[in-house]
Amino acid sequence: MTLGGVEIERAAGFVANDTPRIVTSRFGVDDSHTLVGYLATGGYEGIRAALKKRPDEVHSQITEATVLGRGGAGFPAGVKWGFMPKDVWPRYLVVNGDESEPGTYKDRLLMELDPHQLIEGCLIASYAVGLSQCFLYVRGEMAVAQERIATALNEAYEAGYVGRNILGTDFSLDIVLHWGAGAYVVGEETALIESLEGNRGMPRLKPPYFPAAIGLYGKPTIVNNVETLANLPWIATNGAEAYRAIGTESSPGTRMVAVSGHVKRPGVYEIINGTTTFRQLLFDDEYCGGMREGRTLKAFVPGGGSAPWFLPDQLDLPFEASQVGPAGSMLGSGAIMVMDDTTDIPKAAHSLTRFYAHESCGKCVPCREGGTWLERILGRIVDGHGTTRDLEMLIEVGETICPGDFPHAASERLGLEAQRFPYQMTTICFVGPSAFAPAHSALTLFPEEFRDRVREVSDDDPVATGVGAVPVELKGVGAQ
Amino acid sequence: MSRLNANNELLAKEVIARYPIKKSALIPLLHLVQEQNGYVTSEGMTHLAELLDITSAEVLGTCSFYEMFKLEPVGRYVINVCGTMSCQLLGADELIHHAEERLGIKVGATTDDGLFTLEKAECQAACTEAPCLQVNYRHEYRVTHGDFDALVDRLVADSKKNGSAVIPPHGTLSETRQHIPAGRAVGAVAPDEVDGAPVWLPVDEPEETA
Amino acid sequence: MTPPNDTEASPTVSITINGAAVEANPGELLIDAAERHGVYIPRFCYHPRMNPVGMCRMCLVDVDTGRGPGLQPSCMISVSEGMTVDTESERTQRAQEGILELLLVNHPLDCPVCDKGGECPLQDQTVAYGPGESRFVEEKRHYEKPIPISDLVYLDRERCILCDRCTRFASEVAGDPLIHFIDRGNETQVNTFPDEPFSSYFSGNTVQICPVGALTAEPYRFKARPWDLAENESTAVVDSTGARVVLQSSRDELVRVLGVDSDAVNWSWLSDKERFTYEANRSEDRLTDPLVRSESGEFATARWSDAAAFAAEAFAVEPDRIGVIGGARLPVEGQFMWSSLLTGLGVNDVDPQIGDGLDLDLVRSLPRATIADAAAPGGVVVLLCGDLKEELPTLYLRLRHAAVEDGAALIELSARATGLARYAKAKLHPLPGSIDDVAGALAAGTLNEAVGGVDPADLAKVAELLGSGRPVTVVVGRTNLAEDAGLITRAAAALHELVPTAKFLPALRRGNINGAIETGLARGRSTTEILRDAAAGEIETLVLLGADPLADHPDRALVSSAFDMVENLVAVDTFKTASSARADVILPAATFGEVDGSFVNLERRISPLRAKVTAPGQGRADWMIAAELAVALDQDIDVASLDDVRAQLSAAVPAFADVDWNNMDRGGDGPLLGSSGATGPSLAEIAAATSVAVPAVDGYGLRLVVDRKLWDLGTMVQQSPSLAHLAADATLSLAPADFDALGVDQGSTVTLSGPGGETAELNVSASRDLPRGVAHIPFRASGFDVGTFLSASTAVVDVRVNAG
Repeated sequence: MTLGGVEIERAAGFVANDTPRIVTSRFGVDDSHTLVGYLATGGYEGIRAALKKRPDEVHSQITEATVLGRGGAGFPAGVKWGFMPKDVWPRYLVVNGDESEPGTYKDRLLMELDPHQLIEGCLIASYAVGLSQCFLYVRGEMAVAQERIATALNEAYEAGYVGRNILGTDFSLDIVLHWGAGAYVVGEETALIESLEGNRGMPRLKPPYFPAAIGLYGKPTIVNNVETLANLPWIATNGAEAYRAIGTESSPGTRMVAVSGHVKRPGVYEIINGTTTFRQLLFDDEYCGGMREGRTLKAFVPGGGSAPWFLPDQLDLPFEASQVGPAGSMLGSGAIMVMDDTTDIPKAAHSLTRFYAHESCGKCVPCREGGTWLERILGRIVDGHGTTRDLEMLIEVGETICPGDFPHAASERLGLEAQRFPYQMTTICFVGPSAFAPAHSALTLFPEEFRDRVREVSDDDPVATGVGAVPVELKGVGAQ
Repeated sequence: MSRLNANNELLAKEVIARYPIKKSALIPLLHLVQEQNGYVTSEGMTHLAELLDITSAEVLGTCSFYEMFKLEPVGRYVINVCGTMSCQLLGADELIHHAEERLGIKVGATTDDGLFTLEKAECQAACTEAPCLQVNYRHEYRVTHGDFDALVDRLVADSKKNGSAVIPPHGTLSETRQHIPAGRAVGAVAPDEVDGAPVWLPVDEPEETA
Repeated sequence: MTPPNDTEASPTVSITINGAAVEANPGELLIDAAERHGVYIPRFCYHPRMNPVGMCRMCLVDVDTGRGPGLQPSCMISVSEGMTVDTESERTQRAQEGILELLLVNHPLDCPVCDKGGECPLQDQTVAYGPGESRFVEEKRHYEKPIPISDLVYLDRERCILCDRCTRFASEVAGDPLIHFIDRGNETQVNTFPDEPFSSYFSGNTVQICPVGALTAEPYRFKARPWDLAENESTAVVDSTGARVVLQSSRDELVRVLGVDSDAVNWSWLSDKERFTYEANRSEDRLTDPLVRSESGEFATARWSDAAAFAAEAFAVEPDRIGVIGGARLPVEGQFMWSSLLTGLGVNDVDPQIGDGLDLDLVRSLPRATIADAAAPGGVVVLLCGDLKEELPTLYLRLRHAAVEDGAALIELSARATGLARYAKAKLHPLPGSIDDVAGALAAGTLNEAVGGVDPADLAKVAELLGSGRPVTVVVGRTNLAEDAGLITRAAAALHELVPTAKFLPALRRGNINGAIETGLARGRSTTEILRDAAAGEIETLVLLGADPLADHPDRALVSSAFDMVENLVAVDTFKTASSARADVILPAATFGEVDGSFVNLERRISPLRAKVTAPGQGRADWMIAAELAVALDQDIDVASLDDVRAQLSAAVPAFADVDWNNMDRGGDGPLLGSSGATGPSLAEIAAATSVAVPAVDGYGLRLVVDRKLWDLGTMVQQSPSLAHLAADATLSLAPADFDALGVDQGSTVTLSGPGGETAELNVSASRDLPRGVAHIPFRASGFDVGTFLSASTAVVDVRVNAG
């Protein structure tokens, strides 16, 4: 069968036979998105198990399982829940289904193919920490996911899984389907809350660093990613120990990773956290099966479009934040974009920088003005109109967004040591730095591709920038 | 009719009632205006301002932030071709050129017959299926130039079928709406009117804070 | 943002700024703490009276809280113990240079033609911290050059640096979010909704806080350059709030008024009326010479001594046949001299109110609140008054802030929902004539039955708030000019009985009304009584001290007949008004910005009025006019200077005994006056003596509600060219539910019939601000004078509305 173009027949390779399937277990199962299909495959057993425990016991279970947030920051869900101040009510749950990080493709599948699993995850979280209303925020451009979730919620309400007195207990929860309208930055959790309040999706000031204290309507709010919540029914059913038995101590369980670009079998894979390496994922037959015929790997983006790039030198790193960070990048949202030797590096970088410049909310000056400037400089270089001065400016403008050393991978070819992640930033959120990241990686790791593209000018060349530097004239300045 | 019609106004009130604070319903209601009119009309925004007790400037401020809201009429089918990295690596630029030639319009324009608006879009969360595009926010995967031509032919044919079209006109997202049955609804409460923890939390149990 | 309250003794936080150890207040923002210690951190978006938004990133400084130094926006982080800050580090400087370069990326370099040039934070900071050259060679953003976003404000979007100050002000401070960020990212702009202008009463504040020349005010555009301006600090006199202002002049002409951040009063904000009515000073209609009516009945200009002698003749009648109306326009010194003059003459009837105020015995007897009391966090405020947004807009801003940011609970007890209704915790809108019954029911605790159309549940809610033990302030004023003021007296007394600890803030709107009360220029018969006696032939000489009762007193017919009957009409004024035009002699006064003096606001706070320009023609200070008349009348008043007047005032009136006249506002706000020492009737006695006979509701009629709009046909508005056209139209409004019952259509023209058979044709519109059973018409609005329907002799006014 196919679903909106996804070939479900591929499910066998999609998820390796010897890999435990926690969140993708129903992918490829007929009617997985219906209540009937869900109940036939162990659905709503997790919430039944949870309701037999005290809420704080369920919270402890999730905390012990260590479910790292799957939205990008990787913060453990149970700990995040614990940041809510005591005795401040109401508390809300906001589900972040605004998946839009370039390269990322997993939450949409979870919403389209297994919406009840997500709903059940919402129930467990809400029961555990007393969240009295849940808003399920789905990205605007996902009409099918909205359709599936609306249908699933209607079924669940009718069948008594959602709403008043769930399964005959005094646990009651409304889950409201909400949807966006096209703005990448809304994936940032405080921007998501602003958007849910009917506002422009502009990130809020930090501190507070988590909306757990001051979130939706100024009340304690948990914002969790779709995949994060989708893990909860399995944990509630099978226990924290079973979850921790998979993966590593610091990165237990599995995670979904989308691999796109120049590989033989691009796809979404549920892999074991912490141990699976990039080499396995890109080259093993059970996953992507290597590069396109006759091609070699040039570089890859390991954690969504915001992440600094890796080279073949980094292939043996595992999916483990504590190793990827020092190597100069991040795991982010589980998205790998693969470039082979045919790739026009400046052009590829430009496609990402353009994305972030375009998606700037406009709040912070470095991002609003600097991101666009970077995009224009890079565009000029790609079009063959750049100069060597532009290459310097690319870095200098970027340094106004991210002062200090920007992280990058090591390159044996260039004799380059890794600069560890993270970076400093002059902006509130990561959109601005993300516009710089691809430009910086491309220029740092493939300097020759840029040098070949630009015209040499000297520093004291009066037309160094092509049109000539414009002095800032401040005629008429008063005595002050 | 560019304000919400009577049915949609009722629907709007049902949606508003789901939120503890009315303004939260703004984005879903802007979609409703767009669903009714094909784009977000000025009168529709004013109507929402009245329903939500905010100013029209606030409605426009939110509306104009989000790319899906069109303030001018667009084609029956808005075709968004993804141009971000994964798609760009696998031929998005060429696909866009092909689309421009096939439709006879530049990116951003609408065909004279009002059927198609072509846009270059950013990442659509289908990166493993590159190059991809969306028609009224429904995906098409691994689109070859031939696939694109066939899609256009199919949509032209589809547009002539009243009522039974596979893809509804621009503005309609999910055709199924969430409905919360009155007997099952918990009901939204204004945040300031909530006092105390939800009933299912044990009163005296200390909460685990990890 | 409310600045940290430093009245409570609290431990301080030790931090290091640029190597110096300093003490900061707990919770204080770093940017404020640094500034208090003399380290100015550059900023564009941060404003101390608004919530930080962290947009411009100009205030990034090197901060180390133990995890190593890094750049942090100082407008967003609070000080913490041991924090080390370096605002001059290389990293900080590079960030500042970088941010400025980015801000200039899209900012036009048109400083020479920009009104802001010379006082522009962007310009100044570029010189101080900037990169020196721009490397941005791309095309800048382009927009249509200045577009009017309201009648008073222009917006140049190319100059805008998107700091969110104006939009935040509109939404956060004024509660009028009519300008907004539109579009996204690099395309973001500030704008209004198409065809819905930024018609906020507070729009001028956005111009004052704009850190670039993007927003300009129509009255000031291209009028002057900053280096041509001279300035003085003074006090706004258009209403009784007493907002602190800076007057700026160029070539002996007032060209701009800016708000001063007075912590006690206006927090730097002004209403557009306070800001722009300086235009009236140079109006062509301004009186420049004394005018004396000649034999032919025409006015002729006269020398001062001749005019004074002419006016003096009018006083040569029995003192009890002289009535004086007005005086609230005058500075304290002028008020005191007039009071002394009248005392010397034995004249004992003077009222600075024009039939639209309160019983002054009541005002004197109520325990007085300050604005800070009323706006205190967590307090309860009863709004037993008109619409403060219309009448005392700067006070409105303080109370709105208290409700929105500081948890104050507002209770409306008024004829209709006011501008504060959307922030109020409870709203009681009794039918005209029953407001005292509602307050009485609260005092008596009879909360089970409806009274005056007010739901018992709402009564109970209010009783609960008033009984909660939270401090209570009552703002007391006239909620309806078509209703007898005695009802407010009784209602205020009832609230005082219910909450004996409550304090009261009188919402008498006329400028220096409180100065008149304190200086004794308020005694004897009220204006309405004087007019009644005049109409009955018992007053021979009527003196108008800056009063225009023909336009301003609610009872039009009464004033007309009084004017017809009096022998002598003497006016002291700045303009020829409807009333002063009827006078036998008009003496031209110098006014706001032209004379030194003092002002007492509604809290009894005294603050200076300072001259910045000379009065046109022969206009004189009011104290001089009184002195001139005293000479003409052989009165023994020995003053040669303002200091003499002040010395006499301090000696004569206990409330002014301790005023340090030359240092009133040193260190910020002026002081509260001392105790008046006056003893009058008690509140209970006043209430007991006040009886109002309210007729039963006529089943077919509607009860009239009349109140003021900020923009009206008042002299100051009409004489200010930029404002005159803003006067509200006299639309009749009804509750939506009354439309069907009356069989009229929204927007149609209806016939209004008054109790005396008078009729008028008016457009009718629906208003959710009104309870059922009332008809609302604004006072002194354009197109219809509702004063013709009002009578000072009835407690309420019932009208009928008929279709067509």
